[in-house]
Amino acid sequence: MNINTLIAKTYIVSNKKLTAVAVLGVLLGMSIYIFMNSMMVGFDKSSTSSLFKSTSHIRVYKDDEISKALITQNNNKSIIINPKVVPVNNTIINPNLVIETILKQKDVTVVTPQVNSNVFYNNGKSQISGLAVGIKPDEANLMYDIKSFMVEGDFEQLKSNPNGIVIGSGISEKMNLTVTDNINLTSSKGINRTFKVVGIFKTNNSITDKSKSYINLSASQQLLKQGNSYITDINVNITDPENAEVVAGKLSEITGYKAEGWKQANETLMATNKMRKMIITFVSLTILLVAGFGIYNILNMTVSQKINDIAILKAIGFKGKDVIRIFVTQAVTIGFMGVIGGVIIATILITILKRVYLGGDIGYFPIDYEPKKFVQGIVIGLVITFFAGYIPAKKAANVDPVDILRK
Amino acid sequence: MNILEAKNIDKFFHDPVEFQVLKNIAFDVKKGEFLTMIGKSGSGKSTLLYILSTMDTDYKGELFIDNKLVTGLSKDQLAELRNEKIGFVFQFHYLLPEFSCLRNVMIPALKLGKLSEKEIEERAYKKLEILGLEDQALKPASKLSGGQQQRVAIARALINDPLIIMGDEPTGNLDSKNTDIVFDIFQDLTRNYGQTIIAVTHDEDFAHKSDKIIEMKDGEILRK
Repeated sequence: MNINTLIAKTYIVSNKKLTAVAVLGVLLGMSIYIFMNSMMVGFDKSSTSSLFKSTSHIRVYKDDEISKALITQNNNKSIIINPKVVPVNNTIINPNLVIETILKQKDVTVVTPQVNSNVFYNNGKSQISGLAVGIKPDEANLMYDIKSFMVEGDFEQLKSNPNGIVIGSGISEKMNLTVTDNINLTSSKGINRTFKVVGIFKTNNSITDKSKSYINLSASQQLLKQGNSYITDINVNITDPENAEVVAGKLSEITGYKAEGWKQANETLMATNKMRKMIITFVSLTILLVAGFGIYNILNMTVSQKINDIAILKAIGFKGKDVIRIFVTQAVTIGFMGVIGGVIIATILITILKRVYLGGDIGYFPIDYEPKKFVQGIVIGLVITFFAGYIPAKKAANVDPVDILRK
Repeated sequence: MNILEAKNIDKFFHDPVEFQVLKNIAFDVKKGEFLTMIGKSGSGKSTLLYILSTMDTDYKGELFIDNKLVTGLSKDQLAELRNEKIGFVFQFHYLLPEFSCLRNVMIPALKLGKLSEKEIEERAYKKLEILGLEDQALKPASKLSGGQQQRVAIARALINDPLIIMGDEPTGNLDSKNTDIVFDIFQDLTRNYGQTIIAVTHDEDFAHKSDKIIEMKDGEILRK
């Protein structure tokens, strides 16, 4: 064994208490860092996955237009304008062509048209206002995975029954409806139509459950007194939701309609996510830094304690860099032990928390082993311990043996 | 043959006020000589020893060790030179308390890295034997008596067969019995092993038994 390593090892072993305290510091910092970051990733995943149960990655629709002046600005004349939303139909023209065009784009996985209609659900005297979403059952299921949150009935029946409806569990409870019961819908255009309940879904978002229902696209068009080319929204899913903004930009260029990514459509949620990310990163990094300070302090103490040793080692021929190696080896060894311990503790914590059932929309605690965060934690932990050791080691290397030995 | 040669060495302390500690020091040391430096406190004898040891590089003049100029070498070069050619014995033993005596003796040789660990261990045992400590070899350094610790320190100084052993008050902390032992060891080393020794001491008796005395006063050599 190299003599520097041997001395470092002896220092670590002979002062077990100090070593243990330093290791514990790194261990705590590491485990909390990995744990909190894994939790953050889990939160993000769970919040986006619950979002994607009702939102597509990109939504293509015809945006309202603002009226413009008929002539361009002229220096000689004053123009009086009164910009307002132009009262035009918000339908997408030739939706099939648009859908085909979008489908040809790479990264695009699912494209489906959708017509939303505000309705009243009527059953006897009770009335609830809500939203009937007109969909193509197969495509919509691919996009939102509706079957995964069905609690009663069969979603497939929506395909075969043009008068079928899949309602939220809240509506079913309030109106005392079960599968095969009839329900009457009144649309904003005054159309009345009776549907047959073929299924009930439950998203655990009570507002959605109390107001939303899925019907066939054609039924929705009829409720709005429109023909079968009336499409208000085209929903698009892509391979990587993180790229939604970029693809949306492309789609809006190609189709000429407004295409909006999910991040843009859910800015509040994104801001909340961002805030959470910042807080967790800040807190976990601070904890790691504090652990680093722990090592720094302990090594500083060791250097002061061992100042005589350092002086004699330098007198008998150890160079400055040998001394640095001794103390950095000590720091990095402590760092390694702490990091390994931290990884183990973090794994245990995550394993325990994964099994905690929260209920509601979330189910089990949304946390998972995130390899990226583990690697990140290990690297940051080692870098911090290296520097925490290097600074006192540098100090030790600069010890002038004459000053010490002459005392 | 000159082992060590000092030419016109001047040394100044700058703090708190400028003060010349050594004035134009010139002498040489021959192989196998047992040289002691005496003088009152503040005469500059210790300062001179640290310059000769190459640990203090802030001086004017020239220093030759083994006929090579060492003035102006880098710190790392000087560290290597000390490791190979100079052994140190201080007033206080400065052993590493966590290590066994044997390890303490071995450290400079392990640092030098010319022999295998096994060979070094054998050599270390031999050196401890010369100093009558072979049965203490595996004890931690902190468990030995003061006299024994100082002898371990001498064994450590000897491990690399240095050209010169330098001692800064090597008997300063020892009672008269142990002082005699250390002196006998030094004398034995010079007589029987041809070892060169330079030691600073307060102890007149100790000095008078050596081959050559340099007496210093106010930074100058009073007599050789």
